[in-house]
Parts: sequence; structure tokens; C-alpha cells
Amino acid sequence: MARISVTVDGVAYADDVPPRTLLVHYLRDQLGKVGTVVGCDTSNCGACTVLMTDPQGEPRAVKSCSVLAVQADGAAVTTVEGLAGPDGQLHPMQRAFHERHALQCGFCTPGMIMAAVDLVREVPEPTPEQVRKGLEGNLCRCTGYQNIVRAVIDAAGQMRGGAAVPPPEAAVAGGNGPAPAQPATQPVPVAAEAAS
Amino acid sequence: MTATLSQPEVGRARLRKEDVRLITGRTQWTDNIALPGMLHLAILRSPVAHARISRVEVTEALSRPNVVAAFTGADLGERQASLPCAWPVTEDMVHPDHLPLAVGEVRHVGEPVAVVVARDAASAVDALEAIDVEYEPLPVVLDMEEALAEGAPLVHADKGTNKSFTWVFDSAEAGTGGAVADAQAQAEVVVRRRYVQQRLIPAFMEPRSVVVNPGPGEWTMWSATQIPHILRLMLALLTGVPEHQIRVIAPDVGGGFGGKLQVTPEEMITFFAAERVGRPVKYTETRSDTMVSAHHGRDMIQDLTLSARRDGTVTGLDVKLLSNMGAYLGLVTPGVPILGAFMYNAIYKFPAYRFECSGVFTNTTRTDAYRGAGRPEATYAIERVMDELAVELGLDPMEVRRRNWIRHEEFPFTTVAGLVYDSGNYEAATDKAMSLFGYDELRAEQAARRSSGDPVQLGIGISTYTEMCGLAPSRVLGALRYGAGGWESASIRMLPTGKVEVITGTSPHGQGHLTAWSQIVADQLGVAFEDVEVRFGDTRVSHKGLDTYGSRSLAVGGIALVQACDKVVAKARTVAAHLLECSPDDLEFSAGTFRVRGTPEAAKSIADCALAVFAAHNLPDGVEPTLDSDATFDPQTFSFPHGTHLCATEVDTETGTVNIRRYVCVDDVGRVVNPLIVEGQVHGGVAQGIAQALFEEAVYDADGNLLTGSFVDYTLPSAADLPDIETDRTETPATSNPLGVKGVGEAGTIAATPAVVNAVVDALRPYGVNDIRMPCTPERVWRAIQEARP
Repeated sequence: MARISVTVDGVAYADDVPPRTLLVHYLRDQLGKVGTVVGCDTSNCGACTVLMTDPQGEPRAVKSCSVLAVQADGAAVTTVEGLAGPDGQLHPMQRAFHERHALQCGFCTPGMIMAAVDLVREVPEPTPEQVRKGLEGNLCRCTGYQNIVRAVIDAAGQMRGGAAVPPPEAAVAGGNGPAPAQPATQPVPVAAEAAS
Repeated sequence: MTATLSQPEVGRARLRKEDVRLITGRTQWTDNIALPGMLHLAILRSPVAHARISRVEVTEALSRPNVVAAFTGADLGERQASLPCAWPVTEDMVHPDHLPLAVGEVRHVGEPVAVVVARDAASAVDALEAIDVEYEPLPVVLDMEEALAEGAPLVHADKGTNKSFTWVFDSAEAGTGGAVADAQAQAEVVVRRRYVQQRLIPAFMEPRSVVVNPGPGEWTMWSATQIPHILRLMLALLTGVPEHQIRVIAPDVGGGFGGKLQVTPEEMITFFAAERVGRPVKYTETRSDTMVSAHHGRDMIQDLTLSARRDGTVTGLDVKLLSNMGAYLGLVTPGVPILGAFMYNAIYKFPAYRFECSGVFTNTTRTDAYRGAGRPEATYAIERVMDELAVELGLDPMEVRRRNWIRHEEFPFTTVAGLVYDSGNYEAATDKAMSLFGYDELRAEQAARRSSGDPVQLGIGISTYTEMCGLAPSRVLGALRYGAGGWESASIRMLPTGKVEVITGTSPHGQGHLTAWSQIVADQLGVAFEDVEVRFGDTRVSHKGLDTYGSRSLAVGGIALVQACDKVVAKARTVAAHLLECSPDDLEFSAGTFRVRGTPEAAKSIADCALAVFAAHNLPDGVEPTLDSDATFDPQTFSFPHGTHLCATEVDTETGTVNIRRYVCVDDVGRVVNPLIVEGQVHGGVAQGIAQALFEEAVYDADGNLLTGSFVDYTLPSAADLPDIETDRTETPATSNPLGVKGVGEAGTIAATPAVVNAVVDALRPYGVNDIRMPCTPERVWRAIQEARP
């Protein structure tokens, strides 16, 4: 057993862990932080991504399946459960994922959100290409990523203090009642608009 | 009490009610479940593709720390029964037993051989090392044509054959068209092609997990499944535990795509483990386990013969199909290619059609449903071969399609495969897509690049698809020998405060039913979107249902919902009439309120009725004090979404690299409940279709080892690999249901693969390339160019 002290989502813990324990298993099994999930065993999918402070105290995205719990000794870890404000106010990244329909089953979402927060820290004003490349280590099987890219760009704007994006909800012409074939308006701005 | 609605909910891009829990990590995945006294299970899997198990010894494992139990298939004896196949497609189908835990022989890498139950998951995995197994290798057969050859090694020696079944549809015999032999004899042009549908892995993001809390009394199983209701029934049939003592819960489920439409060995093994130790047991697989043990998809060889006249009119289509079953038959394995049988004629008016499919056993992981299940394969083949016909005749590929498709004024249309398409407008979707895409401009650019000998060539790919979904009319399923029906169930409970509880038999795992069903019910009952809550995925709450797959939830489950609402409104009407002292016929119902015709100030809201029913002080004689209803809907026909997908690829002829420059799709999914969700389904569906075209393939080595056994080797596309998808819609309401809706979950996947491959091949036509085996990796593209060069 190894003794570790680690702060997770603002709470200080001191625990004995078997040295081989992965950070993700420490979070899930010992602390009950089950919002962080395991999607693969080769560190390809990124579902387990959390923020962990580096030796300089800077929070960095890590795949918690590829970090030993003992490596987190002395660090502060933020999971998706600790991202919202103390009054439960959603982080701009969480809000943008909701508003842009950037999740379907939601399993990749905790890791995707944490990786995106780290991406925007490094690149405050990312292009769609930079978002796509920056999230290469996080796999999603449901969304095709397009709405995730939209969400990250929206959130980056908010995190820079930019104007709030308009909610995507819009009335849809031709959407009601039996009617002859007619075009429906685009419900959501296309990616090109989202990028502006 | 109830908000007055300014606009109908159906059609609004409502943000999802599901999201808040999912984006804050307050989730209920099966692997999150921890019960007092719960033990953990690990499975030892076969490392060889085919072998006799001469010895398996678990004694040493039992002495390892924290180990509570260890057992083998032989230890289970008569307790374990064969896993179910619910779709015996022919009367004489060869259907070998499939025991959850192998006894005597293993037939594919990954087959469960022995298990350990321990206090914690790590101890269970550690103890697997102490299990001693001796395998006597048997010959392995992997290739379908080799498996059917004389003297081939047999996957199931006692069956004497590797062929499971041969299933035939012939339009001449069915009376739905002519004979393909005649069409071929009289053809001016005959195009013959072989296409290979590579094996794919569904790769839902949440690995499967199961927890069993054993009886006596009630047995509870939590499982990451798409099909809690079917699973409950199968558990009863396979274990002898009475159905009414089994509760199955599908909590949050992280994607499925057909991959969780299964009754799995792991579910049964966990059940038996919990039974043996008398304590709750959990099994959560690793990704490596998923890759070898959860069922795979596709894996077919398609031989097509298309007969046509020189004007481009198709006169007949013959399809011969080999479909790889893997080593065993899963829940609907044999039915997957049969679902495709009705789709090879696609949107076209072919006068003659014959389809013949053989199911073949090999020493591989079994195949089964994967997004589209049979229909992507069919659509790929026909859309590829229509391009080949166009090249043969020197016509534009869209023109060839136009000359053969069903025109909008010809609906309803009975196809050569015997289906009645209720609605569609292929011209409208195509015109819109062509204009968004800039088809003519891109053709001009293509010509310029060809004439300048640009090393980066431009290709344009078309896919004008339809699909049959909304599974399914029960009578049709019965005629196809499927073991169950295709209805769906819904219940409404009006609560005294005017809030509404909806119970649905569908089992969403990412599709957004909570939101979409709330929208439908809000409109039907005239209550606020926020006042509707939807319950599902727990057989104690949702007693009846047939779950979620085959783009059925809205087109079948949504209609059950409307029917259940109608019943509630009808009963509320009698109550309102009683309270208002008028005849029910004098009332009109709109926006949640009954008003007396001509005296609109005399009104009762449906919430008033709910409260009056709860109090029950003043109800009409004989009226029970509830405002609840149950409804079950069995569709009379399938749902037929359609659309036109156009893809422009840039192919680097020096490196073989493919870059998707534009992807435009115009889908017609009928009336849209929530455009945000529909767009998300299209994005995700198209992404999976592109993945088959360019990236993914499950590869076995000559010994039957899965070489693509993790996300390192199985190349699921990342954000950096995929383009933006430009989506739009036409809206031709389905005439077969009162909402006018069609399915959408599978459409993108069905449409996208041929659009992309047609574009890659189109780019390389000047080089003499007329096919590239999927996935079109840079290596394959480069080799195709080299091999085609004179």
C-alpha cells in the first residue's frame, strides 16, 4: 500500500492505495467519483480524461487510465463532477455541449468536456481544424463530432468573455401536420456560421 | 395550472432533457452500480480459434486471495442452456448450440472458457492466471468460400456442414415481377460485380457491463443492453426462473448501434455466478474483451448481375450473397442479410429480381445487427453497381438513377421485392441536394483536373437511398419466421397536480426519447413540455415493450404514445362534460382545455380533470377514478425514409490519400419531431458510414486471431478524420402513421458508405480503376492505381 494525498473536486483526501491502482479506479472505486468512466484499455478513447495539476500547479488534461493513483499524490484533480460552479452553475463548456447537442449517449462526454476545457486553455481562440486535431485523443461514436466542434468554439468564445451565442432552438417551417412536401429551414446554424 | 402553448412542440429544436445529468457526471452506467456484498467476475477467454478443451482446472485459482468461486462450463452442467437465436430464417436452418461457457470445444478466439468470482475486480483478473487449460488445436476455417468447399474443416463437426441456411426470394415465384433469367437473356447490357462488405465492430463507447442480484423472490439484472424486455423474456426461458420474478434494468446505456441488441454469454454467466454464490455479482468487460466477444457486423460477399437496356433502364437484378455468421448464431444473426433482401431494388422500378443468400459458419466472433443491419450492405451494392452501369453506358450516374427511380406521383408503389412504399419524393430530395452541392460546378472542376493531369483528382459520389425501418409489422415478421412481434407499448399516467408520467417500451441509449416523447405528449395532451416525464428501461416500471433498434422507436413507439394520449383525452372528455354539465360531444379540446362549443368561458383543463379524478368526489357513474391509459401499436407497414447524399473526394494519386471535401445530404424522414435530434442522428449515422468506407475493418490472421482487437488497431475515426456534414431535409410525411414520421437512426449509415466509395472510384476512373475494396485506405487506393495502370 502507498499513502497518497490528493484533492479531488475541491475535497482533500488521504488514502492508502495498492501501488498499481490507476487514477481512474481510485476515483471511481475508492472515492465514488463515477462520473469519470473507462472506455478502453489502451488510452485511445479519452473517456476517462480529467484535469490534474502539473508540478507548476497548472491543471492539465490527463487520461486517468494512464496515470497511477500514486502519481496524483500532492496534485489537485478536477473531474466532470467538479466543473460546475459552487452554486451548480454549469461551466461554459458544459452549457455549450447542451446547447449544441454535442452529446447523444453521453459516455464519452465527461472526457470530451475535460479535454476540451484543456484545449481552450492552450488555444483560447481555436479554429474548427484546431478543435478537431486537439480532440483527436477523444473518441465519440454517436455524434460524428460536428456538434462537439461547434460546442467547443462556442464555449471558447464564452470563456474569453465573448457574447453569449443565441440558443439554437428555432421554429421549423413545414414541421407540423400533414402537408405537401416542402423544404424545412435549417434548425441550427451550419458549422461555417458557428465558426465565426 | 397548465401553460398555454404558443406553438406546437412537435417540430421545435428543443434542447435535450437528458443532457444535464450526462454533462455533470451524475450518471447511472451499469458499471457504476455497487450493491452491498457485491462480488466481481472475470472471464478467461479462449486464445485459440478452434480447439478441443482436453483439460480445464480451476482449483489453483480458488486458492488465490479474495477468490470466492471459480467454475467452468462443465461445472455448470445442465444448468446452462444454449443462447437464443430468435430468427430461424428457414425451416431447415442449421442451428448449433451455443453455450455461454464453452464445454469441450472452443470455436473462436474470445469464447468464454472459465470464470473467477472474487471480492474485487483486480483479484478476479489476477486469479485467471492460475486456471490451467489444455487446448488440442483443431483446423480453423475463416474464409466463407473455403468453408463451403468440399472437405473444409467444420466449425461444428456434428452438423456435417458449414452452411447454416440458403434463403431465396424470386420475384417470378412471388408474383411481384418477372424472371431474372429472362431479363439476362434479353439484356442489351449486363454488369457483373462482386463487392465485399468487410467485417465491422459496432464499438459503442460504453463497454458492456452486467450486475445480477439473485433471488429468491425477485432476480434483478442491470445490463448495458438495448433490449431489457426481450432480455427478461429470454432469461426466463433460459434459466427457468419465472418471468414475473425477473426484473431487468437498462440504466444509462452508452450507445449500442445494434451491438447491444443481443442476449450475451456474459449476461448468462453472471446470472449463473450470482446464483452459485448467492450474492450480487458484477461483470464489466474491458475494451479488448468487447472487441473479441461482442458481436460484429457486416461481413458479406455480394455477387450482383444487373441487366439493362442501352437507354439505362434496368430490366433485372440477380443477387447472390454469402453472409458470415461467425461461429454461432446470435439473437437475429440469420435475419440480418434477409432484412437486406428487400432493399437491393432500392428506389428503383426493377421488373425482375432474384436474391439468394447463404449463411456460413467460420471460426470467428459471431456477427449480428450493426447500424442498418442488412440494409447498408444492400444499398452499398446497388448504388455501386448503378454507377458501373452509368460508366458502361457513358451516362451521368444521376441520369441513370433518374431513369429508373419511382416518381413521386407513383406512390404508393409496390416494389419488385413485394413491399409497398407509402410515400417519397426522390426528385425533390435530389434536386435540393444537387443544388446545395453545386453538382455541375464540381463536374466542371473534375474535368479540368482530369485534363490537366492533376495528381490530386476529384471524385463525385452519389447515393440515392431508401430503407425499410420502423421494425416492424408483426404479421410480416411472422411470415419471415422471426420469433416475436414488432409492436410497441406506451402508457400515460395523469397525476393529480397535472403533471404527466409517460412510460414507454422503447429503450433509448442516446437517441433522446425523453425529450422527443415529451414533445409529442405535450402536444397531444396540451400540457407543458416541462410537465412531462418519461420512464423507460426498467421492466418493473415499463412492463411491456420491444425496445430500441431498427429505427423503430418513433415510427412505432411514438404512435403507441399518440394512441395512449388519445385514450386519456377521451376519458378526460367524459369527466369534463360531467363537470360542465354538458354532453361530451359539445366539447372541443385544444391546448389542453375542453371548452363548450359556443360558450368558451365554460372550460376545464385536462389538469382540472386529473385533479377531479383524483378526488373522485364528483365523477360520472361507472367511471373509474384514474386518468391513465395503456396503448400498444402494431404497424401495418414499414417506414421508408429516403434521401440523396453527395460526396466530393480529393484523391491524391501519388499517396492514395482520400480527403472528403464536401459531404451534402438531403434526407426525407417525414415529419420531424425535433430537428436538433434528427440532425444529430444524421451526423452520427453518416460518420459511421464514412468509417466503413475509409477506415474500419476487423481483421483476422490466418490462425483466427483478431488483429484489430483494440482501439489501437481498429481505427475508429476521430474528430480529425471526419469532415463537416452539410445537412438539409425535404419533408414528405409518411402516410402510414398519424404522426407522418419515419425512422432516422440508421439512414445516415445506410446512405453514406456508397456515396464515399463511389466518389473515390469516380476520381480514379481515368486510371482504369473500377473498384476498391473497403476500407479505402491510402494503401488500398495506391495499390488500385498501380494495378490498374497498363
